[in-house]
Amino acid sequence: MSMMSKVRRRIPGRTSQAHRKVTVPEMLAGAVVLFLVAAVAFPAALAPFDPLAINPADGFQGPSLEHWFGTDESGRDIYSRVIFGARPSLLIGAVATAIGIGLALVLGSLAGLGGKALDFGVGRLLEVLFALPGLLLALVFIAIAGPGVVTSTVAVGLSTAPGYARIIRGQIIQVRGSGMVEAAVVLGRTRWQIVRRHLLPNALSPVFVIATLGLGQAVVWASSLSFLGLGEPPPAAEWGAMLAAGRTYLTTAWWMTFFPGLFIVFTAAASTVLGRGLQRRMVR
Amino acid sequence: MTRSSGTSGRLAAAARWFLSKFLGAVFVLWAVTTLIFFGIRMIPGDPAEAILGGPGSQASAAALAQVRADYGLDQPLVAQYFGQLARLVQGDLGNSYSLRLPVASLLGEQLPATLTLAVLSLILAWVVALGLATWSTLAGRGASIVSSGLEIVGAAVPHFWLASVLILLFSINLGWLPPVNTGSAEGLILPVVTLALPLAGFLGQVMRESMLNATTSPFALSARARSETEGGVLFRHSLRHAAIPGIALSGWAFGSLISGAVVVETIFARPGLGRTLLSAVTLRDIPLVTGVALVSALAYVLVMALSDVAERVADPRVRAS
Repeated sequence: MSMMSKVRRRIPGRTSQAHRKVTVPEMLAGAVVLFLVAAVAFPAALAPFDPLAINPADGFQGPSLEHWFGTDESGRDIYSRVIFGARPSLLIGAVATAIGIGLALVLGSLAGLGGKALDFGVGRLLEVLFALPGLLLALVFIAIAGPGVVTSTVAVGLSTAPGYARIIRGQIIQVRGSGMVEAAVVLGRTRWQIVRRHLLPNALSPVFVIATLGLGQAVVWASSLSFLGLGEPPPAAEWGAMLAAGRTYLTTAWWMTFFPGLFIVFTAAASTVLGRGLQRRMVR
Repeated sequence: MTRSSGTSGRLAAAARWFLSKFLGAVFVLWAVTTLIFFGIRMIPGDPAEAILGGPGSQASAAALAQVRADYGLDQPLVAQYFGQLARLVQGDLGNSYSLRLPVASLLGEQLPATLTLAVLSLILAWVVALGLATWSTLAGRGASIVSSGLEIVGAAVPHFWLASVLILLFSINLGWLPPVNTGSAEGLILPVVTLALPLAGFLGQVMRESMLNATTSPFALSARARSETEGGVLFRHSLRHAAIPGIALSGWAFGSLISGAVVVETIFARPGLGRTLLSAVTLRDIPLVTGVALVSALAYVLVMALSDVAERVADPRVRAS
């Protein structure tokens, strides 16, 4: 792969300086990612309060110098809960993305490498899964498997899989017809060697991009499911569950809804901006 | 494709296209039914018990037997499966476990509300997206920053949060619009905006790119050479080019609208398929879940077929190939 990228870089006009320069949104997205990584790794260092400590006397306080994002109905500090919420929320998103890409790799490879009959079969399966777009497939899966954190994570992974599978299949087929595979066949390489040396590495590089783009989407979908009461139950400091709890008090305590949602937006926006940036640098 | 000339050739091609779409739809509906039917039977648990309210309900043996007989659960699996398919062909979707009513009539009641919401949101999203694309083509930098900002919003803002923020702003702070469904047209504004904004951001992005390409393309140059005004180039040529990727993304738009409808109908307490699906999922009312899944799968297939046709109408290059 490194050989390929070197060759690609030498082609004039393909990768201009403008494409490699880091833009302002990308810098902001990078800062968001750094903050989130810190929140995931050392939440106690960033959060001033215990995310689960109940203190009813301090309930429903608006944002102040002491409680930056206010407090909830039990007097818990929202800012601390948002910081501690980064770990479960991002973990669910990351696991869901991994499940989606794992499934897609299996389906995409079967379709791209397994011959005509398998390609046809996988194609039909994807067609059916595409007919239940977005949250629909996730909701149908939860109806069958029952609600909960584990099933909602799997459900989000499952509903992202068809899109990834189509991309991976297309990529494999494109590489399969390329000159380097033809050359490898002429050189007498075995089928397995070609798959391992050429097809998989080249088909996997865009997976990195779609995983970055997909992580934000997965966090949004997973939090939607817990907002709808199908994921993590409310006392947990998971962002979607915090929003679900805040919904009841929207008229009186807007901060309970606003701030956890803001972090979901920041996460998804950062993942979109960075994913687009990677895409721009790799594809062109 | 064979190059057949004349009306009969075109008719035959249209018939073939229609038949393939129809068979595709039948296949998708069969597969969705089959996946849910066998999926639910792979999960441990007694369906009869689920119908009576789950394992906690302590249903008596007689009641369980009665439910098994009522819902045909005492028959062999194969008989149940083919029975369900046979009823499906006749348009019978079975009875809801939780509401004890025919699923087909329940869905018929809920469909218009969701359809109204989705169609209005789609129209608003297209108007905003085309407007943004035109504006940024004409006005340049400032407009592109606004458009790309909205694009990130479209990709990153969850429907449930956008809805909450809109309610906070327009219902609670300003008091302009009702925070929940009142049955009036006013009550539709916030739900429609909630669904339309993220969609508009996404569509606007692709439309903007396509439109910019069109304004600098050879055919735009030759139109200008024919002393066509910039406005003429924009409306006769570029706008069509902006619409093409928007049409191609119809399947995606459908997904965004239908998953958004689940959230929006719940938050604004509106009737509709989305809220019905959520309560069916929560209560694990499998016939109702299957019904909603089938209706939306059918709608998806229809949307895709229509977008095929629309793409042919809008894009002469597709017709030529």
